[in-house]
Amino acid sequence: MAELDTSSGGGKKGGKVRSKKASTRVDLTAMVDLAFLLITFFIMTTTLSKPKAMDVVVPAKDEKVDDQLPVAASRSMTLLLGANDKLEWFIGVPGDTAPETIGYGKDGLRKTLIEKSKEVQASTGKYMVVLIKPSDKANYKNVVDALDEMKITAIQSFAIVDITPAEVALLKRDGNY
Amino acid sequence: MPRVKVGRKSTAIDMTAMCDVAFLLLTFFILTAKPRTEDPVPVDVPASSVEQPIPDDNVLLLTVGKGKIFFTVDGTDIRKQTLTQMGDKYNVKFTPGQLQTFSNLQVSGVPMNRMQQFLDLDADKRKAYVQPGIPADTTANNELADWIREARKADVALHNKALRISIKGDSKEEYPTIKKIIGILQNQKANKFSLITSVRSAPKN
Repeated sequence: MAELDTSSGGGKKGGKVRSKKASTRVDLTAMVDLAFLLITFFIMTTTLSKPKAMDVVVPAKDEKVDDQLPVAASRSMTLLLGANDKLEWFIGVPGDTAPETIGYGKDGLRKTLIEKSKEVQASTGKYMVVLIKPSDKANYKNVVDALDEMKITAIQSFAIVDITPAEVALLKRDGNY
Repeated sequence: MPRVKVGRKSTAIDMTAMCDVAFLLLTFFILTAKPRTEDPVPVDVPASSVEQPIPDDNVLLLTVGKGKIFFTVDGTDIRKQTLTQMGDKYNVKFTPGQLQTFSNLQVSGVPMNRMQQFLDLDADKRKAYVQPGIPADTTANNELADWIREARKADVALHNKALRISIKGDSKEEYPTIKKIIGILQNQKANKFSLITSVRSAPKN
C-alpha cells in the first residue's frame, strides 16, 4: 500500500526528540473523481468509429482514344442515376432495350446487378462492364451507393462516365430528372 | 450475558488501485484522442460497406457541403509551404505572422483575394467568419486546382511523398460539385483518390 515509513531513521540513538508519526495516507477519492471525469470527457470527444475511405480510380482524361478497347454492347450495362434516389439501367446502347427504373439497395440495384452479371457471363463468357452515369440531379450519396454496390456484387470493371444528353432525355421521359 | 459486539470496520476504501486504473485509462484516451476537426459546413457522410480506414497522415481532404468546397491538408509545414507558393502565384505577400496563423488552421475555404484579411482576424472572429469556400469554376477562377497542385508540390518537396487525396462529401450534395472536383483531379492526373464514407454493416447474402 501507498505508505511510506516516515519514522526517522536511526539518526539519533536513544532519541529523545521523536517526531510524531503522522499517517501518510492520502484520500484519493477526489483524485479518482477527477480522473474519471477526464476519462469521460475524452471518451466523448474521440470519434470512435474512424471514417472509411473508398478508393476510386478514374480514367485519365487525355488518354488517346485509339488506346481504348471498345466494349461489346452486349456486355456493357449502363446505370443512369437520376433524381429522387432512382436510377435506370439498360444493357447495350440506349434505345436498344427499354430502360428500367429501379431503386438503390438490396432489392433494386443489387439484385439487378447480380442477375445481369450472371446472364452476361453465361451468354458471352466474359465479365460485365458497368458504366455509372450520374446526372446533375443525382446526389453524392447515390454515387457512393452505386460504387458500393459494385464492390458488394464484386463487379470488377466499372467506370464513372459523364452522362449524354440522350440519356438525360431518357431520365426526363421517365420522370426521374 | 455477553453481548456480541460487531466490530466496527472502517468504511474508507483504499483508492490507490482505482486511481491507478483511472489514470491508466485516462492516459490511453489522451494519447489516442485526435481532436475532432470542426467541419465548416455540416457534412453528413454517406455510408458504405468499405472497411478500409482512412490513412492517418499525408492526407489532402476536400470537404464538400452546400456547394462549397473546403481544403484541408495535414502537417503545419506543408500548409505553410502551400500558402507561400499560393502567394507567389497570386502575387499576395504573406507576413510570417499570417503564415503562422495559416499553418495552425485546420480547414480553409477562403478565396485568395480575401485570405490576408481573413488571417488577420482575431481567433474567435475567424471562427465566426463564414468561409465562402474555395472558388472552383472550371473556366475562369479555379483556385482549388492551384491549391491542390501547390499542396502536392509542397508535400513532394518537403517529405517526398505523394499526397492521398480524399473527398468528404455531404450525402445530399448535388453531383455536379463532385463532378467538378473529379474533373480538376483528372486534369492533374490524380486519377486515384478516396471517397470518405462511414461504416454500414456489410450485407449478408
